[in-house]
Amino acid sequence: MKKSGTGLFRNQLFIPLAALLLLMIFNLIADPSFFKISLGYNSAGNPVLSGYLITILDYGSELAILAIGMTLVTAASGGQDISVGAAIAIAGSVILRVLCGTNPRPDKMQAPIIVAFLVACLVAALFGAFNGILVAVFRIQPMVATLILYTAGRSIAAWINNNQLPIVKDPSFKYFGGLIPGIPIPVPFFIAALCVLIIFLVLRFTTLGLYVQAVGINERAARLNGLNPVFIKILSFVILGLCVAVAALIKTSRLSTINYSVIAKDIEMDAILAVALGGNALSGGKFNMWASILGAYVIQALTTTLFKFNVQSDALPAYKAVVVIILVVLSAPTVRNKIYEVTKKFRTRKQEGEAV
Amino acid sequence: MKNNSTGITGKIKSMSDTNLLLLITVVVFVLMYIGAVLFLGKGFLKPQTFCNILNENAALIIMSCGMSLVMITGGIDISVGGMAALISMSCAVLIDRKGGSLAASMMLALGIGLAYGLIQGFLVAYLEIQPFIVSLAGMFFARGMTTIVNTAPFNVQSKAFAALKNTRVYLPFGSVNKRGVFVHSYVEIGVLVALAVVILMFIFLRWTRLGRNFYAVGGNKQSALMLGINVKRTKFLSHLICSLLAGIGGYVYFLHVGSGSASHAAGAEMNAIASSIIGGTMLTGGVGNIIGTFFGVLSLSTIKNIVASAGFDQAWWSGITVAVMLCLFLVIQSIVLSRKSR
Repeated sequence: MKKSGTGLFRNQLFIPLAALLLLMIFNLIADPSFFKISLGYNSAGNPVLSGYLITILDYGSELAILAIGMTLVTAASGGQDISVGAAIAIAGSVILRVLCGTNPRPDKMQAPIIVAFLVACLVAALFGAFNGILVAVFRIQPMVATLILYTAGRSIAAWINNNQLPIVKDPSFKYFGGLIPGIPIPVPFFIAALCVLIIFLVLRFTTLGLYVQAVGINERAARLNGLNPVFIKILSFVILGLCVAVAALIKTSRLSTINYSVIAKDIEMDAILAVALGGNALSGGKFNMWASILGAYVIQALTTTLFKFNVQSDALPAYKAVVVIILVVLSAPTVRNKIYEVTKKFRTRKQEGEAV
Repeated sequence: MKNNSTGITGKIKSMSDTNLLLLITVVVFVLMYIGAVLFLGKGFLKPQTFCNILNENAALIIMSCGMSLVMITGGIDISVGGMAALISMSCAVLIDRKGGSLAASMMLALGIGLAYGLIQGFLVAYLEIQPFIVSLAGMFFARGMTTIVNTAPFNVQSKAFAALKNTRVYLPFGSVNKRGVFVHSYVEIGVLVALAVVILMFIFLRWTRLGRNFYAVGGNKQSALMLGINVKRTKFLSHLICSLLAGIGGYVYFLHVGSGSASHAAGAEMNAIASSIIGGTMLTGGVGNIIGTFFGVLSLSTIKNIVASAGFDQAWWSGITVAVMLCLFLVIQSIVLSRKSR
């Protein structure tokens, strides 16, 4: 039987929860107004909740959605997709292209939003499949394979719209990244909740989770057991593609337009960070979806905290990079073993002391 | 040997992966350059056109050499572009705002390279963290740090620096210009540094014991360990040398552009990786050649020039071209790899 004394440490949710707690304590000491939530009215006269916590819930949504797909990709292929930011630019560009048609400033939308969204889903899934094929069929390391789309993605996004910046004027497009009149909670939060619910049901009632983990832990063994590792890897990239499309809808809806070089910039870093913070092994295998999703919100809490202390958005990556390094160092097997040995020694000494 | 030496196909089959991929690279480069001359006019025949490719890519050549070394050892380093930006900005601030000398700025560039190499090498080799994650963090750190050092981009005004930047080395050959005057072609100092790096790295990887160790570790870690090679130290050294070269490359880049900006060298890591891969360095490790990398850089910039002069001069075509080239060569590598297993 395993020792239950380290149960809390062993639980994957421990790392993100501890990180969240640290952040919250820091904010509580530095400035308690961080926790203030106020109900106000926006310019259109609709009720709206505002406050840093609401901001975290609002802007963490895209990240949480991406973390779902990224977790699956990480688990199945043992690598990460670094093209998600560029893919969001492509999917967002497709959405605007379908909505606006050839005229970048139409007065009316040229197609229903759902059509635009479905087309974006298709395109994003295709790009996901492209990444998946490079990884699964051609056996290129995931990060290098996705580096191709990372370089070309924003260029392709600009090319789809002829480098113009279409603007959607219809107010109903703003709902997905803003507020529906009458409900004070931002819509992205509900979209994220819906995605989480869907993935929960999928993991609960299908064998996807099991198969993904089996492929990630030992590909050969999985194949000998009748699984198709190539298909499962591609599938995980396609699912990430769908997550990208949803995130792109939220991102473009927030602005009603798109900036190819800025939209979802550095989000791949955050998504990978969310998976790592969730205590999932970045080398693949077992995963815990809840820990990743919680990790995504912790990352957003960190971002919001840094913004609150007037850190420039361009300087943010430097701080996050330090967090990543600390996290990966702590979760490195060699360091873990060292810590485990030290705590074990400490515990046996304590037990000896009690015996005496 | 007798069976294999019949005809060209036999020769190709008996070649090692390194030489085969080098051959593909050189052939692709020559074909591409001939194509450029045929379809896009005689401009590509002028020696200065070729020298300009060298002038513009001296920094990239140096970075790519380091990148190839890391990739041969089985790792990867995507922080080199960020480092170039950080070095440009730090050196620009040091020279212009703090009144530092040129020597001090060079020391600073090497110092940043050394610090990066020590930290990244330690994390990758001794803590066994994935090199991609480490250098991804390194890249974001460098980019963020550049903004922290100074936000606004600015040109260096120092006269001593301008003198060094504008130093040109005239070559014994050249071309006749429109007025009928013979003009010598020139290269910048950075090119000399780059060529020296290429030659030194080639000799180092080809004929020294330590150099061969990198191939052994990248080819098969387990057997390298059995042969008594210190795998961890070799990996550490590969990252250290790569970051030092990135430091030198960053300074050469700074010398070429003469300004500091957070958006400098955007995508340089991508270009360096693409050049190495086009040059026949395999991502799986153990296969690669510095001369190939040199040709990889030339191929990449030639195709960029072709794309630009063919009328697709919008910025986005460059990104797409690089990605397509990279994709193509990755697939070629994948096929070469499967050839071996059959």
